[in-house]
Formats: sequence, C-alpha cells, structure tokens
Amino acid sequence: MYIIIGGGGDVGYYLTKSLLNQGHEVLLLEKGSTRYQALSEELGQSVVRGDACEARTMEEVGVNRADVVIAVTGEDEDNLVICQMAKKRFNVTRTIARLNNPKNDLLFQKLGIDVTVSPTRSILSLIEAELPGTTFVTLMTLKRAGLEIMEIRVPTDSPIAGKTLSAINLPRSGTIALIIRDNEYIFPTADTKILANDEVYALVSREGEEALRTALGTTR
Amino acid sequence: MKIVILGCGRVGATLATMLDRAGHQVSIIDYSNESFRRLDPKFGGETLVGNGVDEEILTRAGIKDADAFAAVTNGDNRNIMASQIAKEIFNVKKVVCRIYDPMRQSTYNELGLETISPTIVGAQMMLEALTHDRQNKAK
Repeated sequence: MYIIIGGGGDVGYYLTKSLLNQGHEVLLLEKGSTRYQALSEELGQSVVRGDACEARTMEEVGVNRADVVIAVTGEDEDNLVICQMAKKRFNVTRTIARLNNPKNDLLFQKLGIDVTVSPTRSILSLIEAELPGTTFVTLMTLKRAGLEIMEIRVPTDSPIAGKTLSAINLPRSGTIALIIRDNEYIFPTADTKILANDEVYALVSREGEEALRTALGTTR
Repeated sequence: MKIVILGCGRVGATLATMLDRAGHQVSIIDYSNESFRRLDPKFGGETLVGNGVDEEILTRAGIKDADAFAAVTNGDNRNIMASQIAKEIFNVKKVVCRIYDPMRQSTYNELGLETISPTIVGAQMMLEALTHDRQNKAK
C-alpha cells in the first residue's frame, strides 16, 4: 500500500517507522525545516519537507496513487483540511485523522473523514480506568456498529450482587462478555452469579449504557 | 442582521466596525484580547476571547440565531474548519470564509463553501491598476 502521512511529530514518526517495517510504501510530510532535518537523518527518502495541506505538495508526492492519507498533526483544523483535500480533490479512498480535541469527532464524521482516532480520549479513559473508585469506564468505541466496550466494577451495594445473570433485568441492547474475579476470568452464562467487586466487561449500544448502569447500580 | 465574525485582525476589525455602524448586531471572536484594540472605540458589538473552532465559544457568540458568519483569521485551515462548523452543525444560512491559498480556495468553493481569496482578488486589482496605467501611457 502507498500511505501518505501528514505531520512529523512523535505520532507521525513512530507511525512511519512502524508502517515501513510492515512493508508499506510510506511518505511522511513535515513542514518545519528543523524537524524535517532530524527526521530525514533517520528516515531518509521516506520523509519530504512540505505542507500536507498544500495541493501542489500533495501532487508532487503522488497523492493520486495513494491508498491511504493519514493526518496526525497537533492541530485539528490542519488534520481536517489534509483529509478533506485528499478525499475531495484527489479522490483518495481512505482518510484517517488524528483528533486532538475529542469533541470534534462528530464534526469530522459529518464532513466525510473515514476514520478518526482520538488519543486524548483514549488516554483519558485509560487513566480513568486506573483510578481507584471508578466503576464505569468506556474502553473502546466500535464506531461503525455504534457499540461501546465498557469496564464496570460492581459496587458493594449493587442491587444485583449475588444474583445470577438470568435473574437480572439486563438491557436487550447489551451483553456481558467477560467477568474477572480474583484475577480469574469467567465467560458468563445465564447461571453465572455477579458478585460485588467483579470486573465486568460489557458490549453495549449507546442507549444500552444507561440501562446497564441502572441495572448494576453504578453511577459515574 | 445578527453576524458572528471570527478573527479580529485588520480585516475582521474593519468589517466588524462597518457592520456595527450599519446597525447590525455583531459578535466578534479572537483568541487574543489585545486584538480588540483594532476595533473602533465606538464599536457597540460584543467581543469574545476564545478559540473559534470550538462549538462552545461559537455558541456563546450567539451562532445559534446568527444570520451570517464570517471566518477571517490568519489561518486558512482554521477559517475552513470554523466555516464548516457554522454551516454543518449550526446551519447558519450565510457563511463566508477567507482562504489565502488559491488552490485550497477553489477546492472548498467546489465543495459548496462560499470563499474569498484575498490573494486572487489582490493580484487581480494590482494587475488592473498596472495595465490600466500602461494603457493610459500608450495613449
């Protein structure tokens, strides 16, 4: 695959290296001259000095035959324009944008960007999951299916503690996939009991999340 | 008319002053408080400090019931993103976006954004002024 990456920060640099290792043809665009020099010492011809927002630069690096364009600069407006120009002007089939502000997720989708990746949001939920006392964390969002993978710690005062799954009124728009109890994993069946302090991993739709919270007696 | 302007540089400040004088309700956003000094001392509109590609600040500027939105910051991409937020999220009827880069301008124009490129307009005016002069001399 031919992949063009816009933005040679840390993300762009490691992404380029990793994709090159996987055997792809990769071209990294970096507009800052100092940063470009540092990058070119290690990446050689895989990095070109130029602004990925500029149509002429993109033409020069052969955007017309690119399979994927990935925008990972530190500015959301730049990532948006890189992807939109690639998609609308050069008909690149797949565009991926890094989101610095998680709030821009919906806008980017609405504006035709194929995939958005939000490191800020991921870091937030990973840290949140490690904080003591947190009971409900979104680990991952499966965008196309509209589902979320949640981690829930069952509170000691949960109304369902001690009950079997079949006895609990779980939302139809979700399923409990895994329970971790005392460092052991349990793939739950209808007869599995939920105990206080269980770590429950569930797949839920956005509507199902609220119902699951209610069922488990967790509040944010 | 209620108008929200993003960017209080020379163009933004002049535009805001002109619209205010003409009796329109103007809100102007800039990330620096200093920039508002460019406004006419009699400017009666609202000034807001903040990042214009943020829905919250646009909401505070009253974009929800604005009749028009103008993006005139120094950054082409910021103008493009803000204009698309105004158009697609807030459904503002009239959105005008300044884009210096002529190629970017033509692409977004094709995509349905109303754009003005000062590069092209400026060059055109210079060209006319220069050639007009030559024609006069030839006479």
